Amino acid sequence: MIRAAPRAVVHLDRVTKTYASGTRALEPVSLTVAEGELVTLLGPSGCGKSTLLGIVAALTAPSTGAVRWWGEGPERIGAAGHRLAMVFQSATLMPWARVASNVCLPLDLVGMPRAEATRAVQEALARVGLAGFASSYPRELSGGMQMRASIARALVTEPDLLLMDEPFGALDEITRARLDAELLGLWAGRGTGKRLTIVFVTHSIYEAVYLSQRVVVLSARPGRVLGEVAVDEPYPRSDAFRVSQRFADRARAVQELLVEAAAGAAEAAGTDALR
Amino acid sequence: MSDLRRSARLLRVAAPAGVALVVLALWQLLVVAYDVPKYIVPSPLVVLHALVDDWALLTRSLAVTLRITLAAFALAVLAGTLVAFLFAQSRWLEASLFPYAVILQVTPIVAVAPLIIIWVRDTQAALVLCAVIVAIFPVISNTTLGLRSVDPGLLDLMRMYKASRWQILWRLRVPSAAPYFFAGLRISVGLALIGAVVAEFVAGTGAAGAGLAYQILQAGLQLNVPLLFAALIVLTLTGVGLFAAMVLLSNAVLRNWHESMLAPSNEE
Repeated sequence: MIRAAPRAVVHLDRVTKTYASGTRALEPVSLTVAEGELVTLLGPSGCGKSTLLGIVAALTAPSTGAVRWWGEGPERIGAAGHRLAMVFQSATLMPWARVASNVCLPLDLVGMPRAEATRAVQEALARVGLAGFASSYPRELSGGMQMRASIARALVTEPDLLLMDEPFGALDEITRARLDAELLGLWAGRGTGKRLTIVFVTHSIYEAVYLSQRVVVLSARPGRVLGEVAVDEPYPRSDAFRVSQRFADRARAVQELLVEAAAGAAEAAGTDALR
Repeated sequence: MSDLRRSARLLRVAAPAGVALVVLALWQLLVVAYDVPKYIVPSPLVVLHALVDDWALLTRSLAVTLRITLAAFALAVLAGTLVAFLFAQSRWLEASLFPYAVILQVTPIVAVAPLIIIWVRDTQAALVLCAVIVAIFPVISNTTLGLRSVDPGLLDLMRMYKASRWQILWRLRVPSAAPYFFAGLRISVGLALIGAVVAEFVAGTGAAGAGLAYQILQAGLQLNVPLLFAALIVLTLTGVGLFAAMVLLSNAVLRNWHESMLAPSNEE
């Protein structure tokens, strides 16, 4: 690689999290996400992925360790060039508000002028393919469309870092595959020409390999980084990639990391039992 | 789909109406057949007669009872909502005061009414106060629960965009609480009517400000059972009317809120 290293968007340095109940959610985790990257965090349910994402989102403070966003502390988050957005496991739309009002919420909170906000909402809805649904209520949309509305709400602020917490986990496989492909389009800058930076949490190996440039594999709770698998497959990725040998190889590499960890854990548990 | 829904609605009206007709017919038949005196059980036709004859008296009394009921309901909603907002803002406040709200709720109003009537000189005000005590609890408990029943994801989202406490309250907590609040109103409005009637029983208002409770009491003492029945019917229909008004209000406000609002009476 000859080109200059891109700027780090977020940097986690030996971050741990122990909850007040005494539950250890995260062992020391270090992670750097560079500008324009699409990184997935992969791990079994309850491995602390969501906790880790919450720390990246500055919603949860780490117990120990340090987090820097664009080289700075959490104070400047939200300012221009330091905008975060998050998409949750469920669409988390306000059921009493129309799709347009839901998408407009982040802009309303900062008091953006009405005309400007309306334009931004229309653009965001168009980007996710919901242009005709601005005045629908969330319950009138399918699960996949609700999730698109949720993504539009995240995109409307033009975030510099987009966090996604198993966004398509509750959807059927076919809808999920379509939304994954669309997400890649959005990441590459469809509609804006500017590439996004995305941290994507999932428990699906196939989704992780298909989407990301690198897959960070986490262990079962307490979560720690087992290893990384680089997916140096060019974009745009076609559906053919999903059934290719290259795809299978990367998925196996991820699987092996998980299997090794599971074997290690079983061995440790066995030693404990013998003691 | 809409045909099905229409026939379901027809069923909801037609079925209970059918039951009422059968019961009324049986009642009339039995009273006539066994020649039951009307000071024990009057026949439906005799009750209807009393209803028509004493219509002026009954509506005048109803107006008194209704005024107390509505005043108490309005006060209960205002004060109850205010208390719920305070509770929702501070767990500490809720923990310290909620037990007293429960005490207020479980103490029989008949037992407290004499005290209130001694303390509050104005009879009307005393009656309203009694009815408020009966009606306020569902407003407090439902609204407090509603203000706390916020989608945690939306709360995280609000925090992420650095929403202020007020923004979270108005944009998230208040709309989230709406269905709970309206469910509370449905219970509370009926309780306000019950509270108004019970308080009047205890206070025994004078002839000038006599409400329906006074008429029932008097009719009972005079063995004017047809009038007693007629007053009861007026009272019951008023309660049903108030409840229906709350259902209509909540449906109008919450029409687009939630799936549960699409078929309200199927779930209840």
